[in-house]
Amino acid sequence: MIQTIGFGTIAVALALSVYGIFAAIIGVRLRRPEFVRSAEAAAYTNFGLLTVANLAMIYALVTHDFSVSYVAQVGSRSTPLFYTIISLWSALEGSILFWGWVLATYSALAIYLNRDRPGTLVPYSLAVILGVGAFFYLLLIGPANPFGRVWPVPLDGPGPNPLLQNHPLMAVHPPLLYLGYVGMTVPFAFAAGALLSGQLDDTWVRLTRRWTVTAWTFLTLAIVAGMWWSYEVLGWGGYWAWDPVENASFMPWLTATAFLHSAMVQERRGMLRVWNLSLIVATFALTILGTFLTRSGIVASVHAFAEGEIGYYFLGFIAVVLVFSLVILAGRSSELRTAGSLDGVASRETVFLFNNLVLTAFTFTVLLGTLYPLVAEAVRGVKVSVGAPFFNRMTIPLCVTLLFLMGVGPALPWRAASSEVLRRQLIPPVAAAVLVAIVSVALGLREPYTVLAFAFGAFALVANLREYGVGVRARMRAHGEGVLVALGRLIAANRRRYGGYIAHLGVISMAVGIAASSTFRQELDATLRPGEVVMAPGGRLGIRFDELWGKDEPQRFVVGANVQVLKGEKELGVLKPRLNFYRNNDQPITTPAVRSRPNLDIYINLMAFERDGSSVTLRILTEPLVFWIWLGGGIIGLGAVVALWPQRRRRTAQRVPGPTMAAAGTGEGGR
Amino acid sequence: MKPVRLGRRFGLIAGAVVILCGFGYLLYGGIGENLVYFLTPAELLERGEKAYDVPVRLGGQVEPGTVVWDADALDLRFKLTDGGTSITVHSRGAPPQMFRDGIGVVVEGRLTRAGVFESTNLMVKHSNEYRAPPEGHAPAEMYKSLIREDNR
Repeated sequence: MIQTIGFGTIAVALALSVYGIFAAIIGVRLRRPEFVRSAEAAAYTNFGLLTVANLAMIYALVTHDFSVSYVAQVGSRSTPLFYTIISLWSALEGSILFWGWVLATYSALAIYLNRDRPGTLVPYSLAVILGVGAFFYLLLIGPANPFGRVWPVPLDGPGPNPLLQNHPLMAVHPPLLYLGYVGMTVPFAFAAGALLSGQLDDTWVRLTRRWTVTAWTFLTLAIVAGMWWSYEVLGWGGYWAWDPVENASFMPWLTATAFLHSAMVQERRGMLRVWNLSLIVATFALTILGTFLTRSGIVASVHAFAEGEIGYYFLGFIAVVLVFSLVILAGRSSELRTAGSLDGVASRETVFLFNNLVLTAFTFTVLLGTLYPLVAEAVRGVKVSVGAPFFNRMTIPLCVTLLFLMGVGPALPWRAASSEVLRRQLIPPVAAAVLVAIVSVALGLREPYTVLAFAFGAFALVANLREYGVGVRARMRAHGEGVLVALGRLIAANRRRYGGYIAHLGVISMAVGIAASSTFRQELDATLRPGEVVMAPGGRLGIRFDELWGKDEPQRFVVGANVQVLKGEKELGVLKPRLNFYRNNDQPITTPAVRSRPNLDIYINLMAFERDGSSVTLRILTEPLVFWIWLGGGIIGLGAVVALWPQRRRRTAQRVPGPTMAAAGTGEGGR
Repeated sequence: MKPVRLGRRFGLIAGAVVILCGFGYLLYGGIGENLVYFLTPAELLERGEKAYDVPVRLGGQVEPGTVVWDADALDLRFKLTDGGTSITVHSRGAPPQMFRDGIGVVVEGRLTRAGVFESTNLMVKHSNEYRAPPEGHAPAEMYKSLIREDNR
């Protein structure tokens, strides 16, 4: 029953997508608006169909219907309800199903909100977005069908991968990632729509601005949530290992970040048009590459849970996307001449160019390091991995440069800055940077990149805060407003700009947290008997092991240690690092306990124990400022909300009524 | 387009190409130095002189009866075997709870001239397949004595 509903809805969605592609194109070509309308209806209907399919799967999971192949694969009667529901995305088939729903939702919304725009851009975009949908629906009825039939029906299943049911962040990280990944389909579809329709001005950039920022924000939060999950579960005290699948989520983030900045250059100055189109294509292709790396089982990783033919589908799709994009870009290359040009070296657009150069180099580095082992194994037949030192050595200088540019950009005006403006704008941040560098070195810090990270962090912090200071002071003087009123109105008057600066503050917070925690991280392994105390590395806090305990839970057996954190004689609180033995796996899952404070994290992992509780071996880590990494993620989210918050409507009649097919847009050259 | 503009544009492109080539060269050099090969003990020893003092991931099984573990000094020695060849591995720090005779492990580190593999990281091989533990070896039975009344 469930199988029929699930498979049927997806098969219909696939058919409607294919129909919609042709209907949209035929409608535009033959100027038959009713065809385009029917293609739009297909997009809306697909949203309904995919919703039904996802609800059917959740129903099957919750009712433990083991006749459904996906439920038989990840379900278990002993898994708690919460983890049962989120096991929708704990394996390949379910995660593609969920992906399909997110894509159908984005498609329906993006098309609905733009349905009455004049010109042929939107219908072409509709065809592209339905094409992407068709690919994923094809996966769902082919190699990744979650609605297979199992006979005889098993009485119980193994439950989800233990790593994926060990922490509530599993409810957060994957959906955020899909919202980010899939969201990049919208700007891609509109960029392709612009190329196909010949409407090559910055309409597509403006129409998708919010979509790109939204997807970028979800992707950012997903990466931070993934780092946090890794920190809270994997037990090595780190949050980033340059794991191929971490890289897979990071690469589209890099190109999308580059796009967010270079799009402003296009809107302000009419430059970088081909570049922006290429960045969006690259971002979209990298999200598909990321899914390929994650879902095809081609790299050994926590995330890789599938093997088999699905990899070929993804490779084929990436090839199609790249060839298609290249062909439509090449077809319009003569119409894509740059309208503006660089006026001065010291200008905001120059900084954006450097920002893009660094981010592109960054992407190439990560791409090379990620794909090299695959190529080496395919070509030379050797198993190699690219060590973290490679990534660190190549990317830390780039990170520090980005931090520097993040301070220079907001300080410089568009077009050209006079030397007087330069001096006025840059002296305070430079002074802050020099001060921080001197203090760091005086306090004994010798790692050059950490000193630079702190100094440029201070530089960027002062430069971005100064933008607020200058704006608020101007308003207070001009309108006689109080500080808070002036700040509120300043932001309200230009949400995108000031939201962006808030996001900068979040990135600075993360950068400082990462630099400090990776430089000053200290580690100690100790075997303790009950009541025994060891000093945590750093020598300020004591760690006392009190007792070992066990607990039988339906889906797992937990062994935990009660560990007291001491400051002199004072007890600061109990930490309970655990080992979780899941019934479906013979390896225990470590669950470290973390005492997080703004200045210092104490991280304790239970490594081993004696069966009678007479001793335990603990790994104790101290890492300063880790807290600021997570806080930075939150600040970036806040900045995005500010930037995305609807501007008070000034233009009431924004939507232009009239036939969609008015004048097949010809390329509007420069301005 | 005026020739002057063209010249400037050409200069920009040439500059970008030079930067990219330089960066590519750095990348190429950087990756060559940081490749970590995944080898078995036999494959490592076959490399002769090139086996020593390079970062390697060594995979195999813990040879039964060779584990020497000093819990107080946190010092671990064992032989890693691929069935035929075995190499002595030395590591500091606690091994994972599941570490035991016969289990598959991967160690990261370098082979020293003394013929001992100094490991900086020891990982027990993960298997995601479902395997029911043998009778009496389920954690719930093995560690039953740890269960206290006050369920925390």
